[in-house]
Amino acid sequence: MPFISNTLEQQDQMLAEIGLTKQDLFADIPAGLLCKDFKLPPGLSEQRVRDSLAELAEKNSTHLTCFLGGGFYDHFTPAAVNSIVSRSEFYTAYTPYQPELSQGTLQAIYEYQSAVCRLTEMEVANASLYDGGTALYEAMMMAHRITGRNKIIIDDSVNPIYRMMIHSHTRNLRLEFEESQCKDGLADRGQILERIDDKTSAVILQNPNFFGCIDDFSDIATAAHDKGALLIVSCYPISLGILKTPGAMGADIATGEGQSLGLPLSFGGPYLGLMAARKQYVRKMPGRIVGETTDASGQRAYVLTLQAREQHIRRDKATSNICSNEALCALTALVYLSLLGKEGLKETSQLCADKASYAYRRLTAIPGVQPHFRGRWFFNEFVLDLPCEAVDVIAKLIERGFAAGVPLSRYYSRMENSILISVTEKRTKHEIEMLAEALESVL
Amino acid sequence: MIPKELRYLQTHEWAKRGKDSGIITVGLTDYAIEQLGDIVFLELPGVGEKVTKESEFCTVESVKAASDLYAPVSGEIVEVNESLTENLELFKAEPYGQAWIVKIKAEDIAEFESLMNAEDYEKQLKG
Repeated sequence: MPFISNTLEQQDQMLAEIGLTKQDLFADIPAGLLCKDFKLPPGLSEQRVRDSLAELAEKNSTHLTCFLGGGFYDHFTPAAVNSIVSRSEFYTAYTPYQPELSQGTLQAIYEYQSAVCRLTEMEVANASLYDGGTALYEAMMMAHRITGRNKIIIDDSVNPIYRMMIHSHTRNLRLEFEESQCKDGLADRGQILERIDDKTSAVILQNPNFFGCIDDFSDIATAAHDKGALLIVSCYPISLGILKTPGAMGADIATGEGQSLGLPLSFGGPYLGLMAARKQYVRKMPGRIVGETTDASGQRAYVLTLQAREQHIRRDKATSNICSNEALCALTALVYLSLLGKEGLKETSQLCADKASYAYRRLTAIPGVQPHFRGRWFFNEFVLDLPCEAVDVIAKLIERGFAAGVPLSRYYSRMENSILISVTEKRTKHEIEMLAEALESVL
Repeated sequence: MIPKELRYLQTHEWAKRGKDSGIITVGLTDYAIEQLGDIVFLELPGVGEKVTKESEFCTVESVKAASDLYAPVSGEIVEVNESLTENLELFKAEPYGQAWIVKIKAEDIAEFESLMNAEDYEKQLKG
């Protein structure tokens, strides 16, 4: 699509033709909100710009050994992933506006959807959403559309960032949230089952939960279904190599952050929102969906399907304002999963769990370091209680070259001394040993 | 085909009053069905739901568009045609018979009486 610019003279001519001035174009914006000065510095030469950006980039701590998790993980990405996705045929970040013309892109999205379905053991997946948090919000709205009910039960072991996103999205909607408190690291059945009633739209849970603990929500799924409510499970895709899937638990909608599937960690993304659901709910699902069909000559072809859900047809009654997807990130996840294969994913998953288990044993052997939840199964993340405030310890460990974990005081009261530590397949025994020694020395 | 005994809305729904009853059966006129093209999905309201005259109560999806249907009268949905959702070809075959969509128990039967008759609806289509 060519970009046609016009000169200031041409703009004035066009305005004169319709009898308007530049000011008229912005007349709808209240004077107080009109930006008159953007306070931009004067222009710089290319070299000066490069220098100052390099200076800024140096402020990032990219050399730290990463034990940070909390929803975003430092996994290994084979070089082949980037080399495949950066092929020029693929390297466009946007949904094509004439989709059926781009059969290759549609085929990739179709295969991505199939991969997400197999991973979660759900029946239908969409072409992706922005990130794990928006996917969870969209799932919640989807449940609201399906059930016509307003009450949502959400556990406080669901990623606090996601909960924050849900609350900011729904601030002006008439939805009623009830937050259940997890007990000893697990979803508290007593609290949740008691709250599910015939006004409940959905129960929102996460596995592994924010503290890394793993659970099986099958009983909650049954209880929710008995009252006509849905179960939404947010999951960590890498863990699905070995953990029970949302589909197997009886979840109605599964969501997840797809960053762990070959996407780099970066502040603000772009990340990848996974969403899959039971087939009966597909018409209430947001986002694009690619379907397989045959063309006029009987050959396999791909199309955007069920578009009547979307805003270019349904207008204000569309299932969502999402009219796009994270095509390139979805492709990356697909390529990553395809390269790893079924066994490779299982192996990665198992490695994460084994290394985390080793780190847990090594770190809890340090005097004064205690597990926060005793006797809980975890995947690749766990909470430790330190003898002093976690933020101080973390700051000291940064000086020693470690991003040791997430201080839980940031999201939970009375957890000042607690640190969330994540271990991926990338961490070596030596790195875990070095972390343990560094931790011991700063305590 | 515009059956004489039915009443109509500008938005192409037909309404039929049961004998001496306040139950109004609602469907889509064959003109609307033809305009929509192949209907691929019908989303029915739930029995017991309240509807308001001239507000949306149901959605039909065709290959071209998703369209809302508007209620001819205010009242309560007392029956929905579940079997129609599985046999969407009935829309074309029997728009005024087996392709009825819902039955509404009218709160005020005068609302039904004030709907367009067949003659006026035909005029609207021609105009």
